[in-house]
Amino acid sequence: MAKEFLSGNEAFAYGIRLARPQVISAYPITPQTIVVEKLSEMVEDTSLQAEFIHVESEHSALSCAIGASAVGARAFTATSSQGLLYMAECLTYASGGRFPIVMMNANRSTALPWNIYGDQRDSLSLLDCGWIQAYAENAQESLDLALMSYYIAEHKAVSTPFMANLDGFVLTHTYEVVEVPEKEQADLFLQPYKTENKMDLATPRNLAFSVGPDHNIAFKYKEHVGILNAKKAILEAESKFAEIFGRKYSGLTESYHTEDADYIIITLGSIAGLVKETVDKLRAQGEKVGLLRLRYMRPFPNEEVAAAVKNAKAIGVLEKDISFGNEGTVYTNVNSALQKAGISVPSSNYIGGLGGRNIPEEEILYIFEDLKNEKGIIEFLGVGGAKA
Amino acid sequence: MKPYLRQQVPKTFADIPEGTAYEAGFLVTKNAGWRNIRPVVAADKCVGCLQCYLYCPDGVISKAGDKVTIDYDFCKGCGICKKMCRFGAIDMEVEK
Repeated sequence: MAKEFLSGNEAFAYGIRLARPQVISAYPITPQTIVVEKLSEMVEDTSLQAEFIHVESEHSALSCAIGASAVGARAFTATSSQGLLYMAECLTYASGGRFPIVMMNANRSTALPWNIYGDQRDSLSLLDCGWIQAYAENAQESLDLALMSYYIAEHKAVSTPFMANLDGFVLTHTYEVVEVPEKEQADLFLQPYKTENKMDLATPRNLAFSVGPDHNIAFKYKEHVGILNAKKAILEAESKFAEIFGRKYSGLTESYHTEDADYIIITLGSIAGLVKETVDKLRAQGEKVGLLRLRYMRPFPNEEVAAAVKNAKAIGVLEKDISFGNEGTVYTNVNSALQKAGISVPSSNYIGGLGGRNIPEEEILYIFEDLKNEKGIIEFLGVGGAKA
Repeated sequence: MKPYLRQQVPKTFADIPEGTAYEAGFLVTKNAGWRNIRPVVAADKCVGCLQCYLYCPDGVISKAGDKVTIDYDFCKGCGICKKMCRFGAIDMEVEK
């Protein structure tokens, strides 16, 4: 296992090379550009044997990946922000067609005001499209997710496309030392893609057909069951991954000192790193605080969230998202998990980091302090204490 | 050729395929319920030029010998075939 100094984008590209996709189709957009630049270099230097297809738009990028998957190829694409929104139409074709495509999304703000920096409004606005959604914290997890994503997406019981999200710039463009697995090890972990859900000259079939009102809901139910089955497939992938590579992951969530915590921040993506450091500082001062990081938003870890926070005095959901006219979508999902489990822990919502605004340690400290007094508030960080 | 309608329809949940890939014709349902006029081909006038076949937006016209035939399971009764036919071989009749 070699150590390399890589950005999030590069680490993801290294992971994708190990997964050996046969087709890569992409259109460049900041801050995603580097992952496909890197992959095109790998195709050029033949260290990755794949068709690299330059397309004219994101809509075409995903359409192309769907076409490749529909003939049984392993396909990859990547995008960000407006590009993701532009390909939104195709997202449901991929999920409804049960094509296990992997896409990296560099989380970035959506217009207007025009902004190229990171927040998570692009992917979170598309939670209902039937894609698995994972959120990486660092470059190592990005590489590992890239490799595991195909295992999970292509799992027979799942057969669902996979969107791996990396925070724009903060994760895509920052460098870390990353352990890169050997090819031979990766091949042990991930088998070539085999499916019956493809065009096949030997047994021609109708593909991507329409289904009328009588049976349509049955297909949608099966799609739902498929993405729910990812919960087991994620654990299976992670245990096999740990066996081969020695690195362990904790399933749909990651708990950091939640066991005895009175106050817990729930968040996702790269900001979790800073929350962990803040938890350490506060713990050193005797404060019982913790972090629950959501590694996956779909399938949603309802049981894991409920179990992790059931004994807390209050929780704060920190997210780079707002569903205008209501609250942050992560907050809605978390509260639903608690309600279904019959747990009534006071919860508040902190909207931060929109348009790439930095979330400094002071704001994390502020949330942990604020949780002692507040409940049910929706507060925008960095706009003078504005509450909604 | 008339589209092949698969005789078997799903009865239980287990009959529903996992993805949208299956033997052609599966789950195809007849779709002509809103037609209120139907094109009828006069065999003595039809020369089999296939202009109607080229213009039919629903692809329901096919060749039968040296004439054409219409698949009423899918024809919506738009009348474009009648307008295109230079030989006056197609008439629209009111559905009863």
